[in-house]
Amino acid sequence: MTDTLSKIEKRTAYTLLLPAVFLVFAIVLFPIFANIWISFKEVQLKDIRIPEPRAKKIVKSISEDKTKLKIVYRLRNSSLIEDINNIEFLDKLPKNIEPVNLDPRCTFKSKKIKCDFGNWKAEYKENFEIVIRNINNDEIDKNIIKSQKPRLSGDADNILLTTKFTFKNFKQVFNENEFLDLLLTTFYFTFFGTVGAIIFGVFAAQLVNQKFYGRTFMRSILLFPYVGPVVALAYTWTLLLDPNSGTLNAILVNFGIIDKPINLLGQKYLTLNLLGFDIKLRLALTTVIMFEIWRYFPLAFLFILARLQAIPKDLYEAAEVDGAGPLRKFINITLPQITAILSILFMIRFIWNFNKFEDIFLLTGGASGTRTLPINVYQQGFAISNIGMGSAVSIVIVMLLIIFMIIYFKLIGKRANEV
Amino acid sequence: MRYKPLLIYLFISSIFLTLLGSIWKIMATLQGLKLTEINFNINFLLALLLSFALIFIGKKINRLIKILVFSSIFTLVYILINESAPIWYNSGVFLLSLFFTSRVNNYDLNYLKEDFISEKIIFDFLSLFAIVFFAFVILFPFYLMFVTSFKTQAALLFNPLDLSINFTKNLVEVFKSYFVIFKTYDFGRYIYTSSIVSIGTVIITLIFAIPAAYAVARLNFFGKTFLSNSILVIYMFPAIVLVIPLYTVFSQLGLRNSIEGLLIVYTATTLPVAIYMLQGYFKSIPKEIEDAGLIDGQNWFGIIIKIIIPLSLPAIASVALYVFMIAWNEFLFSLMFLDNPKSFTLSRAINHLTGDAETPRQYLMAGSVVVTLPILLIFVYFEKYLVSGLTAGSVKG
Repeated sequence: MTDTLSKIEKRTAYTLLLPAVFLVFAIVLFPIFANIWISFKEVQLKDIRIPEPRAKKIVKSISEDKTKLKIVYRLRNSSLIEDINNIEFLDKLPKNIEPVNLDPRCTFKSKKIKCDFGNWKAEYKENFEIVIRNINNDEIDKNIIKSQKPRLSGDADNILLTTKFTFKNFKQVFNENEFLDLLLTTFYFTFFGTVGAIIFGVFAAQLVNQKFYGRTFMRSILLFPYVGPVVALAYTWTLLLDPNSGTLNAILVNFGIIDKPINLLGQKYLTLNLLGFDIKLRLALTTVIMFEIWRYFPLAFLFILARLQAIPKDLYEAAEVDGAGPLRKFINITLPQITAILSILFMIRFIWNFNKFEDIFLLTGGASGTRTLPINVYQQGFAISNIGMGSAVSIVIVMLLIIFMIIYFKLIGKRANEV
Repeated sequence: MRYKPLLIYLFISSIFLTLLGSIWKIMATLQGLKLTEINFNINFLLALLLSFALIFIGKKINRLIKILVFSSIFTLVYILINESAPIWYNSGVFLLSLFFTSRVNNYDLNYLKEDFISEKIIFDFLSLFAIVFFAFVILFPFYLMFVTSFKTQAALLFNPLDLSINFTKNLVEVFKSYFVIFKTYDFGRYIYTSSIVSIGTVIITLIFAIPAAYAVARLNFFGKTFLSNSILVIYMFPAIVLVIPLYTVFSQLGLRNSIEGLLIVYTATTLPVAIYMLQGYFKSIPKEIEDAGLIDGQNWFGIIIKIIIPLSLPAIASVALYVFMIAWNEFLFSLMFLDNPKSFTLSRAINHLTGDAETPRQYLMAGSVVVTLPILLIFVYFEKYLVSGLTAGSVKG
């Protein structure tokens, strides 16, 4: 009895899960593995269309003879690189109309013209002509002939399904001198973006955890940058920072803080003179990191605030009795209570900032030293149109991600449930 | 007499007041006022004198008289030593000093003798300053977006500092950008597409996620632990590594430039977190309630519809709002999949506007307001639900 019950339970469970699991497999897991396949192929963006045989039908009159018409089919292979094999052609003629001197590759049977064109090389083109006449010597209506569209079919290799593989993409990814620079940029962006967001998150949470007038209002406002659509916010920032007519530069110039507008998003380096040392600051990257911090500190804030509110009040009261000031209370009570959540936040935010694409793409497009790995996926795959390279970069990202995740679950995976 | 707290108080409070004044001056400049000097040093000295006077007078005179008299004196001196400015600007300065004097009202020489007073002063003013800082830094871009959409290109290029909106013109002129984006750029259609895609994603996600989450939360089956562990792992893989294979496959299947394609992708990418959030809530529902349903002869469908869903409406609302927000704001997939203006979502349409360098920025900002406003309103209205969704889903973002 229990046996059948558990069987029913299992079957129910699988039926309930199947749709969701299938969808996630098809759209999330399959592409990750497909990346491996594509990354070993030489594929350009224009190759991913499956090659098709195409025909454009043109109907022409022959001199004065209205009972005869000439049909010209402009035949071509849509692909510039792939051959198409076993091409079959089919067109229908209306009643009482038959072809004259049909091409030997074709047959005419029960109003249908069938042709066997064999194989077409890449870029193949041919003007294929058929002369038709009316059996009853009546006039042929051009439009009826025109309205019938020919059908073509053929076997072509789908470039994604062939078994030609190459290591070229990976060689190119790693041999590029830029790869190290790319990796470094990604790590700068990720690390400082994460740490900055957490620091601001701690401040904001500490602030909202106090009682003051307008506290709930403040809490809503703090989440605005995260809730707003990235497109709108990124463009607003570009407008704000624009060197020619941006508000920030205009304010700074107006009050004489700087002499000339600074192109905060378009200048790679800014040389600062600190204590006699020339320091080269990656300006555009710093600006992008600022945007990143601005947009994502609300998340850190939410987490930390939830944790702060869970700290028992009597801890603070006891500390006060012992004569601890605000600073000691923060260092000795608050900080130890939030270290666990901070380390989890750091790992999670690190992983997510590592993958950030939209923010950088919208602000700089990856120019002036802000090209990170995710931006490189887009640039290789769609700007340079090399799908294979794009996939190879994706694979590098996935590999690094897996390493981060292993570290994450080893270090704090078990503690994650306790907090 | 303890000098350390006194000095700290004087320094911090004057800095605070001067910063408030500077922010006010910057905001005033953005309304078209021609002010070119911050005068930080002189105003700092003035603020220092005010703090000094306030702490020595302490509680010796009536609170109200003290606040009013000192604010007036401060404002008068401020007007004298700064550039000339209109009345509304100076009344702003008066209000600021009023706020400041009432804020430090309880400070006197006795108060400075308390324990840890230096730290308390620092914390007090730091948090005051933090409120101003966070509010300013966060709201300013939104403010800029909003006011720019009401300006004209010529006015913006002539004086980028003048963000004031001239409501004396007729309203059609003021709202011109909005008329243009709806008429010329067809934003009505994009709002429609975005709404359909977002609401559709929410509905499909819930239809798929509720049964799956119920199975994970309640039923025993082979591979359950593996599945529930892998949900979050799957969720951590970013869109950017999925985009190339999906692009190629969708191109070959003809799913690009279609709402269906977007719906499939959005649903699949939000499903893991939806299941994760829902199953956590389902586990908290007492099992006895379901057992009662089982005895009544309900099958799993009946249990989900009649027991689970009504009991977990708050959690479902959280998930729905969170998924809606993700779908509404999504950009990467809409950039990759849509290149026909007929099927654009709002985000993609705004991105498309920037493709033409000639597009005036006020149209761009009007578009941005159109895409931002609905989601902010939803957030403010349903904050409670959305915040719990954000917290649970914030492993991603």
